[in-house]
Amino acid sequence: MTMQQLDTITAQLTAALPGVVEETADFRGERTILVESENLLQTMGVLKNDLQFNFLSDIVADDYLNDYPRFYVSYHLYSIPNKVRLRVRVPVEDPDEGPPTLAPLWHIATWLEMEVFDLFGIRFADNNGLRRLFLPQDWQGYPLRKDYPLGYEEVQFSFNYKEIDAKKPYAKD
Amino acid sequence: MTLLQQQGGSDTVQELTVEEVRAKYGTLMPIDDEENMLLSMGPQHPSTHGVLRLVVELDGETIVNLAPDIGFLHTGIEKSMENQTYLKAQVMTDRMDYLAPMSNNLGYVLAVEKLMGVGSTPRADAIRVLLVELQRVSSHLVWLATHALDIAAMSVFLYCFREREYILDLFEMVSGQRMMNTYFRPGGVWRDLPEEFGPALEQFLDFMPARMADYETLLKDNPIWLQRTKDIGIISGEDAISWGLTGACLRGSGVDWDIRKATPYCGYETYDFEVPLGTVGDVYDRYRCRIEEMWQSLSLIRQAWEKMPSGPVNIDDRKIVPPPRSELGSSMEAVIHHFKLWTEGFQAPKGYIYQAIESPRGEFGCYLRGDGSAKPARVHFRTPSYVNLACLPTLAKGTFVADLVAIIGSTDIVLGEIDR
Repeated sequence: MTMQQLDTITAQLTAALPGVVEETADFRGERTILVESENLLQTMGVLKNDLQFNFLSDIVADDYLNDYPRFYVSYHLYSIPNKVRLRVRVPVEDPDEGPPTLAPLWHIATWLEMEVFDLFGIRFADNNGLRRLFLPQDWQGYPLRKDYPLGYEEVQFSFNYKEIDAKKPYAKD
Repeated sequence: MTLLQQQGGSDTVQELTVEEVRAKYGTLMPIDDEENMLLSMGPQHPSTHGVLRLVVELDGETIVNLAPDIGFLHTGIEKSMENQTYLKAQVMTDRMDYLAPMSNNLGYVLAVEKLMGVGSTPRADAIRVLLVELQRVSSHLVWLATHALDIAAMSVFLYCFREREYILDLFEMVSGQRMMNTYFRPGGVWRDLPEEFGPALEQFLDFMPARMADYETLLKDNPIWLQRTKDIGIISGEDAISWGLTGACLRGSGVDWDIRKATPYCGYETYDFEVPLGTVGDVYDRYRCRIEEMWQSLSLIRQAWEKMPSGPVNIDDRKIVPPPRSELGSSMEAVIHHFKLWTEGFQAPKGYIYQAIESPRGEFGCYLRGDGSAKPARVHFRTPSYVNLACLPTLAKGTFVADLVAIIGSTDIVLGEIDR
């Protein structure tokens, strides 16, 4: 039943904004639609105002290291009247030029985007309030990226002491 | 300079006038006005329910603006889970919302099951519903205790903790642990309910309604309680949706959305229960919603216990569920499965899923991405406390500092869940 509902919704979305939905994928009864980040705000506007997806549940970033585009941002929408979930996925080629903020549509968007920024370093366009939230203000790097080590510190031996020391992030001289 | 900027805060904030910043960031940036006072509340403030720091801008005693400052309990759970197998990662979910570990377990376990494309058995489902509802009662008891304590109703605290202790004893009976249970496992539960659980649960169901009635006499019509909670921290249903509120915070504003009803899991569609709703959306309504939810949970516990089906508590899939101990002595296959499962774990297919459950605090969602290996490529939790915290400035603006304490209590946040 839900899949039929989702088919109708996807068809309505394509009718309202032709050419915006790049791809749809189904997995375990969940529908994902892929849109480009320049079309995101428009798509979300139609989904929220015309197709009753009134609840922004979550924003999640994914890191596909060594792949292009490296990052994807997923928006989990829920429609309280229709009781159906939809995932909108946006490829992010350059984390410094992330997708536009959804603040015009949902109040909560800035807060969720802040989490993604703090842990993945994806800057959402027009969200100027982005700041370190969980991590200390002077933290280096973005811990949930795949190239960020898991608390691992390289052991220094006499033969490679200087080599490893040079990489260590502390104030020198 | 704002207080947050003075601490090396945001380098992305340009110099703007007070009005511009208010219009733009409103809830996120406190402004140091000439006449206003900046007050740092927390992180060791007793009524912030954990290590939450609030930067409050005050005009006299009225709150002009406030900004939550979090991150004192950063654990890196999502990152650590990426480096564990699906089974081993589960113990970390207990530690997020430490007042409702069973609910966290359920959210994660259901997500793993969805990703693997397996289910659980009818008996395991009933056990899950039973324990998760017990957990909801115990979590709401802590909420009621601390919320009442914040508003200076001391005795409620002692009563609530007495009953919570009993529930934790039940959990210990079932899982061996009072908290941090890790009792639900992908494909079922760790082991069947022990024999002594039945009588103990029935005793609980016998005495609990009377105790609940006691809490009602203490608070429901108490004039001091009414004065401290009525018409404080009001949020409309529309705003609540836009702020992403879930759970009792959303239903207190009259929005009828309970995940157990809307998109049932674990067979919730076969149970008979109501979704209590508020009308005004103030602190009192949220309090009423949670109390009514406890009554509904008691009814759900009774229903689950009465119709508890017999049968296995785990699915018959040795790739996911470890073989029973009794087989290890006689079956070589069982030994191999046991060994493979605890050293290597099971491989999840490529793909990503999102599974949401109704935790005591609201929508607890788990996003899981598998990449074909035995470890999750990405785990993300949509924790209700983190999202519910975001609208605190909106709720608190224009109220007094003393009311702020009541509002924090009514949002029922747990800091272990807010910080990742």
